[in-house]
Amino acid sequence: MEEFETIVGLEVHVELKTESKIFCSCPTTFGAAPNTHICEVCAGLPGALPRLNKKVPEYAVMTGLALHAEITKQMRFDRKNYFYPDLPKGYQISQLYAPCARNGYLEIDDPEKKIRIHELHMEDDAGKLIHDDTGTYIDFSRCGVPLIEIVTEPDFRSAEEVVSFLQKLKTMLQFLGVSDCKMQEGSMRVDVNLSVRKIGQETLGTRTEMKNLSSFRAVSKAVAYEARRQWEALGRGEKILRETRRWDEKNEISVSMRKKEDAAEYKYFPEPDLPVLCFSEEEIRAIKETLPELPEEKRRRYIEELHLPAYDAGILTSQRQVADLFEKTMEICHDPKEASNWIMGEFMKIRNDHGDDEEDFTMREESLGEIILLQKAGRISRASAKALLLAAYEENALPKEYAEAHDLWLITDKAVLLPVVEQVIKDNPKSVSEYRAGKVKNKQFLLGQAMRATKGKADPSILEGVLQECLESE
Amino acid sequence: MEKEELFSLPAYALAEAVQNQKVTAEEALDAVFQRIEERESDLHAYISTRKEAAQIEARNLKMQGKLSGVPVAIKDNLMLSGEKTTCGSKMLQEYVAPYTATCVRKLQDSGCVIVGKTNMDEFGMGVSTETSFFGATSHPKAPSFVPGGSSGGAAAAVASGEAWAAVGTDTGGSIRQPAAFCGLVGLRPTYGTISRHGLVAFASSMDIAGPITRSVKDSALFFNVMHGQDPKDQTSVPSDDVSLDQIEQYSVKGKRIGVLRELLESKDVDEEVSQAVRGVMDFYERSGAVVEMVDMSLLDHAVAIYYVLSSAEASSNLARYDGVRYGFRAEGCRNPDELYTKTRSEGFGLEVKRRILLGNYVLSSEHFEDCFRQAERAREMMRREFSHAFSKYDLLLSPVSATTAPHKGKAAADPLASYLSDLCTVPASLAGIPAISVPCGQSRSGMPIGVQLMADRFGEQEILGAARVLEREYYSETDIAGKGASSDGGI
Repeated sequence: MEEFETIVGLEVHVELKTESKIFCSCPTTFGAAPNTHICEVCAGLPGALPRLNKKVPEYAVMTGLALHAEITKQMRFDRKNYFYPDLPKGYQISQLYAPCARNGYLEIDDPEKKIRIHELHMEDDAGKLIHDDTGTYIDFSRCGVPLIEIVTEPDFRSAEEVVSFLQKLKTMLQFLGVSDCKMQEGSMRVDVNLSVRKIGQETLGTRTEMKNLSSFRAVSKAVAYEARRQWEALGRGEKILRETRRWDEKNEISVSMRKKEDAAEYKYFPEPDLPVLCFSEEEIRAIKETLPELPEEKRRRYIEELHLPAYDAGILTSQRQVADLFEKTMEICHDPKEASNWIMGEFMKIRNDHGDDEEDFTMREESLGEIILLQKAGRISRASAKALLLAAYEENALPKEYAEAHDLWLITDKAVLLPVVEQVIKDNPKSVSEYRAGKVKNKQFLLGQAMRATKGKADPSILEGVLQECLESE
Repeated sequence: MEKEELFSLPAYALAEAVQNQKVTAEEALDAVFQRIEERESDLHAYISTRKEAAQIEARNLKMQGKLSGVPVAIKDNLMLSGEKTTCGSKMLQEYVAPYTATCVRKLQDSGCVIVGKTNMDEFGMGVSTETSFFGATSHPKAPSFVPGGSSGGAAAAVASGEAWAAVGTDTGGSIRQPAAFCGLVGLRPTYGTISRHGLVAFASSMDIAGPITRSVKDSALFFNVMHGQDPKDQTSVPSDDVSLDQIEQYSVKGKRIGVLRELLESKDVDEEVSQAVRGVMDFYERSGAVVEMVDMSLLDHAVAIYYVLSSAEASSNLARYDGVRYGFRAEGCRNPDELYTKTRSEGFGLEVKRRILLGNYVLSSEHFEDCFRQAERAREMMRREFSHAFSKYDLLLSPVSATTAPHKGKAAADPLASYLSDLCTVPASLAGIPAISVPCGQSRSGMPIGVQLMADRFGEQEILGAARVLEREYYSETDIAGKGASSDGGI
């Protein structure tokens, strides 16, 4: 087969994590009973008018700034008109002519590349159709949940690049605190525009749009599949149709949904119910100043100021919760490398063992730092520290209380350790006499015996001191 | 108080009488319902009345409001919680409002008692109230004539005494034209000064509610009650109360009044109408105003601009009537597309369908640039032309309608001609400026004629003042208001 190149552009819909909807005060809570979070505005009743939730443009501008995009000074909303049962107004309020932001980019590391952002705009979400054996039902509760749509340029050449970008985008949005980006719950939805062409060819081929991608894994598989499908079709002398395709996750194939020719004509026009939304230079600057430290800056800081290896810094900043945990831990134990080792080692292991993703853990952030401090102070053993972390992870146990309850404190009292050591010396006369005759390595054996006698709870250095004294005193 | 005496009271005077306990709100309401009983079967001004609810409200009325006990009719595209709101359409025949429009709530808060919901052209699309699914309304003076539209029911109710005043809505002239046809005062306020929350949208960038009253002072009072910025309508703007004293003391002496030549001299304007308007021009001149003809070339295109933009917005605003959630739903549909097609084919009348088609045409990707965008640009230019005119003139003057109230059946017979009849009212709608229709004469056959006064944005005080001068001084000169009308607005 000839060498071909895959060209991909993305449209990413992200639900914003505002408390209320974009054009009314209904809550945005996910998973509520059907049609409980609706009012005359989001249900599109006659006479109701949209009123913009100010948080939405604020979040959208934050995102635009984080994507290095130009923020539009005078944004407008436009109506996108089409009929669908889950669309109560008969139109979506979106932005076509003066979107929130344009011309940004996001850098990916693997491989290193700049992906250009064509634009970012705000819009309201539609409801949801629920199909079951008895029929199709409509839940309007999701109507009016705020969305931003991020449209990239066709800058991707592989599934790896696409996934790397999405990962990066997701992390960034989570760091910004504007979205949860849970693909399973639909708070991040990705449409893939893909075409193929011969290596060296300049013009772009006909592209298809793929929908229904519910995980990064699905995106990756779908890109690979669709590229191959198109290339093989071209190889057979077939034409690629401009169409919308649905990713069939079960069978791992893409299926044609509708041809572009019979796609709806959206009849966009300026939304007359909402005034122009103006952002002054000062307002944009003010929002910029409130931007939290983003993954890229964090990573650089970890390397330059905390002297962490680049590898550590990369992993610690790849997920918001992990970075938050690291910083909280640091704040308590003041030992970046130790905190990093614990998170990258024991913590990640526990999380993986539980099959949890970054969203799933609810551990109290202070616990790890406290555990590290206890261990560094010699109050618990490393083994106990691991047990404490597991307990903290699984049951949100408080380290000190748990250590107390499970008797994990190390014995540091010489008076308690002395009889133990004396007993060990008494029980191992041969080993002791050999030591005294110069076989120094026997001390390790005797120390092990003494440690075992304390069930591992003795402070090793104190225990060793006591043993040394006993061995020398005879 | 005798019934004749009671009916002679304008709304403001009735409210005072109620507050001074010379008459009760219930007595005023009874008088109105008696009139309804006598006349409604011929007139058909209302789509629904709410006698019992109104009586309870009248009985429990709090006295402190500016409009205490005034029985008011509202157009049936304004939401009143618990009452049907049909918009004159089969589509919403059974639709019960789940909330109350801001401007209606303000009326209630000021002591108005809502009598009922008045007939209208379907979704406000029409000039005669004949496109109503519930049948036409008759002109109170002559049953074979129309009262105008789309707020024809509101105007007929006020003119016949079936309500003391009414609230209509105006997109391209729907308050001013029926007011002119029925010999009443119709105010279209500055766009955005009265909240649209609860006004069923026709063309959002032009829709506004406003009073249809017997007198100028009532008009001002209703504006004061209804205006104000509303968080539920982000296109609403803050505005000042008009001063009733200043309106009373207003003088046109030294005022500069421009007469829109393209409207007055249009070949579509009847001789009788232009005669009556010239009478007003002469009167103002005699009263010390400088009256000059003004040319505004874009006015020739106003009707086209208006129909492109209003139909585009309407096609989108009416998309929600799809049979899925509320309102009329066609039977026997097997899939969503069929449901939409049948519901909308059966639920909308001919005129509404015509506008939806027109709207879809001008918004289609093929015609968006040369129709919609072009009209938007032209509207912007027209706004600038008005702005320029108001740098020279305090007021602009024109006819309200090209003709007096026509015979029933005329509008449907020639839709294009009926569109063209909007030529005098749509410019103010496009520019978002306030305009008032005031009676200024009548035809040989006795049908009322109105004159339109326009001012720059927020110039309500100016047009109401000039209208009051006309009402007070010109009426006594000419006896134009006909028998039974007094110069301060009684029946």
